Amino acid sequence: MDSDKINLELGCTTCTTQTTYSVPIGPVHPALKEPIQFTFRLSGERIVGVDIKPGYAHRGIEYMGMKRNLIQVLYLAERICGICSISHPLALTQAVENAAGIEVPPRAQYIRTIIGELERIHSHLLWAGVAAHELGFDTLLHLVWKVREKVMDLLEQLTGNRVDYAIPIYGGVRRDIPDEKAGLAYEALSYYKNLLQDMINAFLHDKSVAMRTSNVGVLTYDDAVALCAVGPTARASGVKKDVRQDMPYLAYADMDIRAITPEDYGKPVVGDVFDNIVVRLLEVDQSIKIIEYCLEHMPGGELTSIPKVAALLAVLKKADGEGIGRHEAPRGEVFHYIRLEAGVEAPVAWKVKAPTYSNLMSWVPKFMGDEIADIPIIAASIDPCMCCLDRATLVDQGGGEAVKLKEELVKLSREKTRRMCG
Amino acid sequence: MIFATLIKQLLHKPATNPFPVKYMPKSVTGLLGKVARGEARINPPVPVPTDLRGKLTYDRDKCIGCQLCIKVCPANVIMFKPDEKKIRIHVARCTFCHQCVDICPTGALGLSNEFLLADTDRFSPNLIVE
Repeated sequence: MDSDKINLELGCTTCTTQTTYSVPIGPVHPALKEPIQFTFRLSGERIVGVDIKPGYAHRGIEYMGMKRNLIQVLYLAERICGICSISHPLALTQAVENAAGIEVPPRAQYIRTIIGELERIHSHLLWAGVAAHELGFDTLLHLVWKVREKVMDLLEQLTGNRVDYAIPIYGGVRRDIPDEKAGLAYEALSYYKNLLQDMINAFLHDKSVAMRTSNVGVLTYDDAVALCAVGPTARASGVKKDVRQDMPYLAYADMDIRAITPEDYGKPVVGDVFDNIVVRLLEVDQSIKIIEYCLEHMPGGELTSIPKVAALLAVLKKADGEGIGRHEAPRGEVFHYIRLEAGVEAPVAWKVKAPTYSNLMSWVPKFMGDEIADIPIIAASIDPCMCCLDRATLVDQGGGEAVKLKEELVKLSREKTRRMCG
Repeated sequence: MIFATLIKQLLHKPATNPFPVKYMPKSVTGLLGKVARGEARINPPVPVPTDLRGKLTYDRDKCIGCQLCIKVCPANVIMFKPDEKKIRIHVARCTFCHQCVDICPTGALGLSNEFLLADTDRFSPNLIVE
């Protein structure tokens, strides 16, 4: 990767007369949906440098979780993010089941998959609406969000809640999908199948969308790989990376899931905002197929391996060990690590890595060389979620510089290992 | 093509349900009085799904005071009353996960379809179940 391109030095040290100026955007700004601070270095209209400072939405959720029992932690995890309100619990339940050695019955795995994919449909349509709004195409925003209502209604029918579905529990799921509800699901899926081509026409065959998004916010294949981008952001750059494909879990192992790239639409990979729209719309189609497969091939049997919640609490209290859980959230890979100790109800350690954390640095090459007016759509193109992202905060009591670089962090990490090993 | 969709939209009935009335009344109590006298009508809300997770129901006689619901509640909604060995539920804080319903050994807790829970006082009788 070109090291000059990702230049975080904002001051111009070599030139005698100033040819660039800086524009701060954020932490709170109408162009941004959530708090984050950008400092752009501009030469005329062109962006020549960008500094990103997250850390304005930290809530200390992992710390709160370490003071609660695991069932309470599940609902806390659901509230890490409002859009990914099944992705975090799916990753957490997998981590805890991994640590405590709890089996999940096949029917429960299929139900989890269905709810997870329904969430992907609603998240991608929500993003498509936001993208249209950022382009100034509010007609499309309202049209897409009208279409999105159907999946929200279906989720409410299946789970009882419009958001924060409270469906997974350690060892299974809490609600079945009986035949009459499966009928509702089929109905919603056929609604989407009929409308998807309209959506693709409205976005991808529209002159104004193409003008504003083609060759804007380009993330090349090499940059995406070097910066460890995940999810649709990476796939839009042609990186065939998808947890469902690479490490199948739940019901995904029974299907042939392939990471979707712009090539599937029959266009060369550019990695621009247009490709992001292509990938997300095609993934809605993929999700519809996955849900159909799950509904058709849903195995019978138990919903959970430990039906009594009080017994589950006892099993979790006895559990000892550590586990990881990964899930392909709509924005990319979400990762949960948990450590349990026998006799302690609360997790001893809980670590969450949300997709936006991995995608954050891909903003830097995306912004470079583009215009000020492109900032909102490029910022939205990775589908950022600050409340997912902010998982740690650094407080320096001495009032010193509260920024740690990689070398210092490695040093601190090694010191902690030595301290813990005695 | 989007234009054709938009023209079609014009002919559709609006999806918005003007609940409870189309325009904000000058006085809410005045409106309620009119409704009581039969001079005004309230639009019914959009029907809810069959097993919506709404306001909790509590069967006081079935409750044995085991406090398991208090243990699993993620939002600390439920308060134990040690004298009577019964519970009080503050619905204003409830996150509607209904984990307490799942764990209740006697089936004293249940779910209802009631969702009209907006109130200016979090301790109003409508928001306390006991």
